[in-house]
Amino acid sequence: MAEGEAAKRPVLQKYPMPRQDPGKRIHNFNEVALGYPEEVARAEAERCLGCKKSPCVAGCPVEIDIPSFIASIREGEYLAAIRKIKEKNCLPAICGRVCPQEDQCEKVCVLGRKGEPVAIGRLERFAADYEMAQGLIDAPPRPAPTGKKVAVVGSGPAGLTVAGDLAMMGHEVTVFEALHKAGGVLVYGIPEFRLPKAIVQKEVDYVASLGVEFRLDTVIGKLLTVDELFASGYQAVFLGNGAGLPTFMNIPGENLNGVYSANEYLTRSNLMKAYLFPDYDTPIIRGRNVAVVGGGNVAMDSVRTARRLGAENAYIIYRRSRAEMPARHEEIENAAEEGVQFVMLTNPVRILGDERGWVKAIECIRMELGEPDESGRRRPIPIPGSEYQIPVDVVVIAIGNGANPLVASTTPGLEVNRWGNIIADPETGQTSKEGVFAGGDIVTGAATVILAMGAGRKAARAIDRYLRSK
Amino acid sequence: MFPIVKTQRLASSIKLLEVEAPLIARKVKAGQFVVLRRSEQGERIPLTVADWNRERGTLTLIFQEVGKSTLELGRMGEGDEIQDLIGPLGNPSEIKHYGTVLCVGGGIGIAPIYPIARAFREAGNRVLSILGARQRELLILEEEMRALSHELWVTTDDGSYGRQGLVTDELRRLLEEGDRIDMVLAIGPPVMMQAVCRLTALHGLKTTVSLDSIMVDGTGMCGACRVTVGGKTRFVCVHGPEFDGHQVDFEEYIQRKRMYLAQERQALERFRQGGTEGKDGRG
Repeated sequence: MAEGEAAKRPVLQKYPMPRQDPGKRIHNFNEVALGYPEEVARAEAERCLGCKKSPCVAGCPVEIDIPSFIASIREGEYLAAIRKIKEKNCLPAICGRVCPQEDQCEKVCVLGRKGEPVAIGRLERFAADYEMAQGLIDAPPRPAPTGKKVAVVGSGPAGLTVAGDLAMMGHEVTVFEALHKAGGVLVYGIPEFRLPKAIVQKEVDYVASLGVEFRLDTVIGKLLTVDELFASGYQAVFLGNGAGLPTFMNIPGENLNGVYSANEYLTRSNLMKAYLFPDYDTPIIRGRNVAVVGGGNVAMDSVRTARRLGAENAYIIYRRSRAEMPARHEEIENAAEEGVQFVMLTNPVRILGDERGWVKAIECIRMELGEPDESGRRRPIPIPGSEYQIPVDVVVIAIGNGANPLVASTTPGLEVNRWGNIIADPETGQTSKEGVFAGGDIVTGAATVILAMGAGRKAARAIDRYLRSK
Repeated sequence: MFPIVKTQRLASSIKLLEVEAPLIARKVKAGQFVVLRRSEQGERIPLTVADWNRERGTLTLIFQEVGKSTLELGRMGEGDEIQDLIGPLGNPSEIKHYGTVLCVGGGIGIAPIYPIARAFREAGNRVLSILGARQRELLILEEEMRALSHELWVTTDDGSYGRQGLVTDELRRLLEEGDRIDMVLAIGPPVMMQAVCRLTALHGLKTTVSLDSIMVDGTGMCGACRVTVGGKTRFVCVHGPEFDGHQVDFEEYIQRKRMYLAQERQALERFRQGGTEGKDGRG
């Protein structure tokens, strides 16, 4: 690397992320992005101007001291870098991989005005991976116990953050997880090739090392209610139980065999390891022609999974154009490289089945963009008479999900909005019920990992204040 | 981990396990189910709870060994541990005083009917029961059901016990005789529930069925278990498992239950080929 030159005139572009070759990676579930080697990480860190105002810190939902950790990487002090990150973020290996940095810290990076911003996410990942590779993950010293007990419902990004933060404040924390593995969407939703499950497990282990107890296979709202948690000695409860019932389009044919919600398709593949069937018992239909309906990150995860499960034709069907797709650019590019076909300005109108009840085609109508709607995006309008069929044998509906009813319906005094999402103060997570806080998808509807973590961070502070005031 | 405290073979392909799960045993109500994962490689399978003992902290699970997962489960013995047991899931049965309740159980469906029938009896109902099995050897829980029923009839497909024929033959007779029945609960193979519902619909007789769709999480996250009820998509795990039988789209329910037949056959074949190694059958 031409470091001397870089010092005088900043390198305008990020050092590229080494990635698995697309031709190879569609045949495996291994991680696509391989991570910066040490010398590249240091060179990338050299690009940081270390500006005094550091807008990146304000751009980070959990306010990591970004210039400071990057300076440590520049100096080769990688463990100092990860310690600095962990002051604010107990899940750095996850965030370095799945945060939409382009909309947050990197969006406001001063370097971004002339060229590309510093690759903050890649550097965060580098520091976290370095620490893991060294096997040097040490738990920070624990503060004196406060004697207060907190129950955290759900072990996804919001729950893990709340749990880690509260443990660091000296509270006794138990996390209740409905599934058999901790991590929530990080284990059931996001695929191995984007976020290896061993990494999630290590970060969960880290949170456990802070003194947090994890109780798996425990469905709050069924096995125990929120009121029973209070009765058994918890003084505060955080609800981070995440996404609920998948949304379908309400078009004919959605219950045909071969039609999945993205939640089911991804859960089978990720959590249950159906891609390893029959070594693992959970099956999944490996379609030759797979249509994924939707344009978000979950749709990209689904369609890329379909390719890896052997689909010759894997389509993204989206009613607006590529520019309006809510998925991260990086994921759209990865999908395109992997041969995913983007069928834009197209909306499904029905799914057709054969005489045995299996999907055989999806009928779509072409759309054009009209005037902007409430969301500011141009509204897609169907073009009459433009219906046509795409032959497919698997359809994955990735258009979002509603709220899970299990907790709200068993917790008197907990208010929800008309979609069933729990109503919580955006600054504190405080709900309508005393001592009950909430954050993540159960409050906002489907959003991102880091937003859930940000909500968890705020709720942890509010819970701490609440406990100390009692 | 959930230790098995007792195993019992009820029939050539039907097994009973009593499993230690004190928290679930404390909470479970008639009509609810659990999701079970036998081991790290195992799939999550829903099983109705046939009984429980709140003092001992145990659940009784009864299942038919039909595929790889249930065959493996059937091979587990006392002292073995089930990796994951999640529950109680689904809504409890609506137990109240209806008057006369007719319970129609077919095959393995008699297992989930038993605790519900018992609860009906405890709520002061007159309980009539029709139990059906392919043959005498496959009839389960007859004594238990007889003890709580005011009247009970048995049908077998081959006539090896009770009346030869189907549960619907006995049901038709009862309906024709005009005995007052206020509510029917039918649990069994989908075609049986469908046939019962067709008959009772002719008499305008309220009929509840309990569905056991394919599930993954069982807590309302994945949507695998969806069925059409009254023209609307419902999720068996959080909206059921009991539904108004006259509203259920049984054709679709049956079709969706067949979704993984090919994979199930493949797994079973592989299991049988490799079946000599590892633990042998202890049941």
